[in-house]
Amino acid sequence: MITISNLNKQFGKLRVLNSISVQFNSGISYAVIGPNGSGKTTMIKCILGMVVPDRGEIKVGGESIAQNSGYRKKIGYMPQIGRYPEQMKIGQVFDMIRDLRHDEKNLDEDLIREFKLDKLKDKRMHTLSGGTRQKVSASLAFLFNPPILILDEPTAGLDPVSVEILKTKIHSEKNRNKLFLITSHIMSDLDELASHLVYLEEGKILFNDTIDLLKEETGERKLGRAVATIMQRNLKAETL
Amino acid sequence: MMKIAKYVAYDIIRNRFVLLYTLFLLIVTVSMYSLDSDAGKSTLSLLNIILLVVPLVSVIFTTMHFFNSYEFIELLLSQPVNREKVFISEFLSVALALSLAFIIGVALPTVLLANNAAAVYLIFSGVLLTFVFVSLASLASVLTRDKAKGIGIALLFWIYFTLIYDGLILYVIYSFSDYPLEKVTLLLSSLNPVDLARIVILLKLDISALMGYTGAFYQNFFGSSTGAIYAFLLLLAWIIIPLWVALRKFIRKDI
Repeated sequence: MITISNLNKQFGKLRVLNSISVQFNSGISYAVIGPNGSGKTTMIKCILGMVVPDRGEIKVGGESIAQNSGYRKKIGYMPQIGRYPEQMKIGQVFDMIRDLRHDEKNLDEDLIREFKLDKLKDKRMHTLSGGTRQKVSASLAFLFNPPILILDEPTAGLDPVSVEILKTKIHSEKNRNKLFLITSHIMSDLDELASHLVYLEEGKILFNDTIDLLKEETGERKLGRAVATIMQRNLKAETL
Repeated sequence: MMKIAKYVAYDIIRNRFVLLYTLFLLIVTVSMYSLDSDAGKSTLSLLNIILLVVPLVSVIFTTMHFFNSYEFIELLLSQPVNREKVFISEFLSVALALSLAFIIGVALPTVLLANNAAAVYLIFSGVLLTFVFVSLASLASVLTRDKAKGIGIALLFWIYFTLIYDGLILYVIYSFSDYPLEKVTLLLSSLNPVDLARIVILLKLDISALMGYTGAFYQNFFGSSTGAIYAFLLLLAWIIIPLWVALRKFIRKDI
């Protein structure tokens, strides 16, 4: 569904993505992890066309994304920090996005209902707490029933009840053959939500396979410990 | 595209800045015309204020608005909307909102209080100048990620065109006063949208005699319809060229 080949991106002198090639397939949920500044968000933003790569190509559903915007119909994106026009009300934000994509009829308003956002629809965005903003972001990401969902730190800032609502939603959508890319620093969440793991460090992919294989390889039962083990292993390899 | 522009415009209208700007222009215009019974003189005083204030407000508001809309732009770009549309909508909404403020604040009272040719030119140039400086400020906004830097660059455009450039022209005229400079000054003035607007309006005020031989030359040139079209086309170029460069930059920009 998403094919990235030889992707490079530099910010000034800092090389954020270093010849990344990877393929993400439908029906699988990928956990994208790595230390801070390893290029996770940059890779995601490249897929969304927000960051323009220096070299390399990204194809979504077979079509190249360069100078293209229509492919984003297939992607639902939940940003790390969802910021919205401050003066707008929640209801207006939803109405605006619906209005911009009025030709799409197959809407999924489950999350709006479950997060009870319709009760808050007259609240202005600048009055919202971080968690409520996350709820808005999540609801928007799922709204158009996209085949690809990219969630950047989806559970950060959400209360436990809302986290469960979101997780249930992710599980149910996963069963409908959707592709998920999830980044998070909360390993237990990823352990629950993802079946594959992409490990990025310094702009390179160091691991890309199933989580089960990683656990087997490292001999750990929990994802957190397994990841810590490979991170330490890399650290040792560097110092040697 | 109209849909995006509609939402940007809505955001601008909710912001009180444009309303205050409209009120300010209204108060200045009305007081200028009530201070002097000679509408021509009032138009001249008004001209001097407008040539300073309109570009200043345009650059500051445009850059502020652009950087404050970063989240909005980010939100739109995560949707199936292309970048050209987002950028052009931002530009059009800001330029039209400021022009509307100008039309309500200056054009309306001017038409009611002083219905002369110069006033019509004043209105026309005011709107064009708004577009020119919104365009320049849009360019300043995409050149950098940093809000303070963006406003700095935009203010630099303003200072350059309203203050420094005139100084440079004076210097050139003074240094080469032994040579016939009419065509050179005409060319130099064409390179500054503010001067262009000023000259066109001054000529309509029939005070070009005060500007000596150059004034007569200008009167001859700009007084004709070719001159007016020339000035109009140049101002249009001052809108389109910076906007085009800004758009190219914006398409390649990392959000």
